[in-house]
Amino acid sequence: MKKIKHILFVLCLLPLAAFASGVEVKLDHAPIQTTDKLSLQRGAQTFVNYCLTCHSADYMRYNRLRDLGLSEKQISNNLIFTGQKPGGLMHTAMVKKEAKQWFGVPPPDLSVIARSRGADWLYTYLRQFYRDDSTATGWNNLVFDRAAMPHVFYQLQGEQSLKVEMVDDGHGGKHEVKKLELSKPGTLSKTEFDKQVADLVNYLVYLGEPAAAYRVQLGIVVMLFLFFMLGLTYALKHEYWRDVH
Amino acid sequence: MGKLMDWIDARLPVTAKWKLHLSEYYAPKNFNFWYYFGSLAMLVLVNQLLTGIFLTMNYKPDSSLAFASVEYIMRDVEFGWLIRYMHSTGASMFFVVVYLHMFRGMMYGSYRKPRELLWLIGMLIFFVLMMLAFTGYILPWGQMSFWGAQVILSMVGAIPVIGEPLKDLIMGDYMLSDAALNRFFAYHVVTLPILLLTLVVVHVLALHEVGSNNPDGIEIKKNKDPKTGIPVDGIPFHPYYSVKDIVGVVGFLIVFFGIIFFAPEMGGYFLEYNNFVPANSLQTPDHIAPVWYFTPYYSMLRAATVNFLWIDAKLWGIILMGGSVAIFCLLPWLDRSPVKSIRYKGPYFKTALTLFVISVFVLGWLGTKTPTPLYTTLAQIFTVVYFAFFLLMPWYSKIDKTKPEPTRVSE
Repeated sequence: MKKIKHILFVLCLLPLAAFASGVEVKLDHAPIQTTDKLSLQRGAQTFVNYCLTCHSADYMRYNRLRDLGLSEKQISNNLIFTGQKPGGLMHTAMVKKEAKQWFGVPPPDLSVIARSRGADWLYTYLRQFYRDDSTATGWNNLVFDRAAMPHVFYQLQGEQSLKVEMVDDGHGGKHEVKKLELSKPGTLSKTEFDKQVADLVNYLVYLGEPAAAYRVQLGIVVMLFLFFMLGLTYALKHEYWRDVH
Repeated sequence: MGKLMDWIDARLPVTAKWKLHLSEYYAPKNFNFWYYFGSLAMLVLVNQLLTGIFLTMNYKPDSSLAFASVEYIMRDVEFGWLIRYMHSTGASMFFVVVYLHMFRGMMYGSYRKPRELLWLIGMLIFFVLMMLAFTGYILPWGQMSFWGAQVILSMVGAIPVIGEPLKDLIMGDYMLSDAALNRFFAYHVVTLPILLLTLVVVHVLALHEVGSNNPDGIEIKKNKDPKTGIPVDGIPFHPYYSVKDIVGVVGFLIVFFGIIFFAPEMGGYFLEYNNFVPANSLQTPDHIAPVWYFTPYYSMLRAATVNFLWIDAKLWGIILMGGSVAIFCLLPWLDRSPVKSIRYKGPYFKTALTLFVISVFVLGWLGTKTPTPLYTTLAQIFTVVYFAFFLLMPWYSKIDKTKPEPTRVSE
């Protein structure tokens, strides 16, 4: 028994070992609410205006955006700029071959980007571009070093520059802390810009799994039914097993 | 109705087989919680077959279309998302119930005489299940599908002499490509399911021949009613265990659909985040991790870091990995205890089994992590613990202080 306790103690320490490995940029929590349809609509607008120019969402149909409370007409008039039919897929206008020449890599499809990257990563990434003259685009990113993507929101956010500070780590040593500072303001304030990115990330999360909202709704009904069935089947079992006990 | 049954029975022994396998199959009356998982494994098997059929209707086994076709199922097919999640969650839950089913056997000595062959058939089912999971995971053609398959296939290739040609035969190409994807699709939807179904039938036949074990690990057939010849501690499977198993089924469905509806990715354990990136043969991910049910073996594969004797470290890893699964087959002959069930076994076995379970969990956890020197050392330590459970069993099970078995099952 003592041995087992000792082993359990060592096991409890294991998670601590995880801290020792790898230093990653701390991600900001994305303040999103997938039930907020207005936010999703604003996000969809930003998406077709900014993202769809270079990126595609090849697995998503425009008319699916009725999920967000829009009519097919509203979708056609406000969100489709590529001349596609409402039942068509959200293709990009950019030719993949050319995109590869311009950026080095073709911009990835965004249909399920929120499922691979996660909302927090996207929310942090989109807000942490800074000026860097050593890169091809003139932009760099704190979350994704030397990202091929330039800062498409620079007019909105303004320009940020990198500031590296040396901070005491409390153990006599020093370590680098990278910070971004606004060097040229954009057309939006920080709060407004953060809100716009949050709406966009909200939309990207929706885009990753459009059925998610319905999934949860249906799930509640199924759960209620199953718990009812559990009571019923247990009563049946109890009745039969009277003869055994 | 009676006449119709007579007519059928004269041509096909439906009533006789119904009696033999259900209404007059006598199972011990003291089954506990752990005895649900056999029937639940059958339930998940049916779930995988049914949802699988609907998935093949829209899935395209073509390396340029596969990823998109899965997303098509998730978005455009009516309830396609539900069918897909039932299949992907079913794959993980298959391993959950099968692992618990195996653990039940280890606790109550269900592998001991006269059930050695039953246990071996069960192990064959487990191998086929692992191949099904592996081939199925390739099909969505995401980054983890592709690179996970690369890892496994390179292991096949490392087998001496036959490795390389065997690998080419499995893939139907010299690299992981469209041709290979087509082959894996064929294995996953035809070859392996047929094998699995056949083995499950054989498993049940073997079970009904020797009879079920029970938490006390004693043979109920030793104590039969002299008049009827029915075991006094046995009750007919139907209706008693059929109604009991239905409760287990509903309980399981609550967990199963709870995951499907509220956490289908299960925090990246059931559906890995990186598998939402289409396969790219030119971009190796920083971190390749298999799905959770393979991580203990993956840890042991990586734990081998030194060349030893004339065998290099990679091959040692493969030997350890293969051995860690195959060694279960030896259990019936490794256990020398005079009693079957953990209820009457002594402290050595209980400690050994506890350490074994801990080592499986630790190795499983380590398998999801990027290796560091500390992690590798831990993996090596727990690999030794894992194998020691089996290899030292002939000794510790023999000298263990056991309690006497009862003659009748406990209530």
